[in-house]
Amino acid sequence: MAAKKITTPLTDDVVRDLHAGDAVEITGVVYQARDAAHKRLVALIEAGEELPFELQGAVVYYMGPSPAKPGNVIGSAGPTTSGRMDAYAPLLMKHGLKGMIGKGLRTPEVKDAMRECTAVYFAATGGAGALLAQRIVGNETIAYPELGAEAIARLEVEDFPVIVVNDCHGGDLYEEGRAKYARAEAEQA
Amino acid sequence: MPVRDLDVREITAAVRELCITANYDLPRDVYDALVAACAAEESPVGREVLGQLVENADIAARDRVPICQDTGFAVIFAEVGQDVHLVGGTLAEAVDEGVRRGYGDGYLRKSVAEEPGHARRNTKDNTPAILHTTIVPGDKVRLTMMAKGGGAENMSSLNMLKPSQGWAGMSQAVVDTVSRAGSNPCPPVIIGVGIGGTIDEVTLLAKRALLRDVGSTHPDPRVAEMEDELLVRINDLGIGPQGLGGRTTALDVFIEEMPSHIASMPVAVNVQCHAQRHKTVEL
Repeated sequence: MAAKKITTPLTDDVVRDLHAGDAVEITGVVYQARDAAHKRLVALIEAGEELPFELQGAVVYYMGPSPAKPGNVIGSAGPTTSGRMDAYAPLLMKHGLKGMIGKGLRTPEVKDAMRECTAVYFAATGGAGALLAQRIVGNETIAYPELGAEAIARLEVEDFPVIVVNDCHGGDLYEEGRAKYARAEAEQA
Repeated sequence: MPVRDLDVREITAAVRELCITANYDLPRDVYDALVAACAAEESPVGREVLGQLVENADIAARDRVPICQDTGFAVIFAEVGQDVHLVGGTLAEAVDEGVRRGYGDGYLRKSVAEEPGHARRNTKDNTPAILHTTIVPGDKVRLTMMAKGGGAENMSSLNMLKPSQGWAGMSQAVVDTVSRAGSNPCPPVIIGVGIGGTIDEVTLLAKRALLRDVGSTHPDPRVAEMEDELLVRINDLGIGPQGLGGRTTALDVFIEEMPSHIASMPVAVNVQCHAQRHKTVEL
């Protein structure tokens, strides 16, 4: 599959050009953040305080790596289940977040926010942590080191392979892909 | 029969090694099933994903790194021969020490939080292990380590059905569980189903079912037929690899039964991601 190549930070024009089902390779900076980090980011926004990174145009990767072996940039680094971040994602999008990388289903509220804020949700392959780590060339913890694997890190990625699941036009590959390959009688015997 | 002394330090060393190798080396049966699925999958995106999973397993084995960053809760099945006398400490402490060393020395992620109802503090060494001990005949100790990731475990279900619901109700409960889970548990999944017992035993039965080799056939032909029927229905959901659409939603379905109360029909569905990491050693 020929991949569209994009670089971060993302602009609205780049996001509008992405459609559910597109294979994409991302180059640039993405920010690693999962459950505990999201809780803190939202608390900072609600308190009107400064965030540890520039949210405008940013891409967040829902991921908590395994420890890096000596000489390696990062340990295994595949996506975690995005649904646990659904409670926090709409507020981050309202403050400039343009892209999310994870795996698994999003709520209607998150999908609505993606349309309203012109944002995109990418799936990386869950359980391919050894392969995906090879596309991460820089890794610096920038906030909450005490959270260990849940800290926020600034990751530099090169040709990081993802698929567009939810675009800003309402496209949803989880629904469309499933409908395409389902046999009608499957749900009810 | 004379009692055999076994130093628990041997158990610690064995558990350490199991934790590391289970997380680096995908079992051959799972690997072969992914290769076969990649050849058979109709969806181009699905083939791309399955190809990545095969390549990922190759990289992990070659570079000695974890297959997945979620290196799991360490679930240990210990079958202890009744003619074994453990010396030098307790079984539970020896197993936890093995997990501590394995997750440290193997650069595995520590994913256990204590006081989950409030503090959710990481225990920093992936202990305690989940330890299931059975006493068996003989003078050997057989240890199996399963690295159970959180994403798939979260999609599992316990269903307390009425006996009148029969196989139709049971099979629907399994299909509904996989359907609801969608892309979340990292399909293609492996499904362990327990039928019978009590709520505690049925969930353990479902977890033990996951230890069977992918592609293996249940010795009872009636159960084997139920497994085949479920696999077809699950793959007909169209969820596909990573939920992106396709014909490979599950690699296999394993059912195990045990006697139930006359009033009950418990059905537990333990969902396992494609990274089915487990390994066994005998001491």
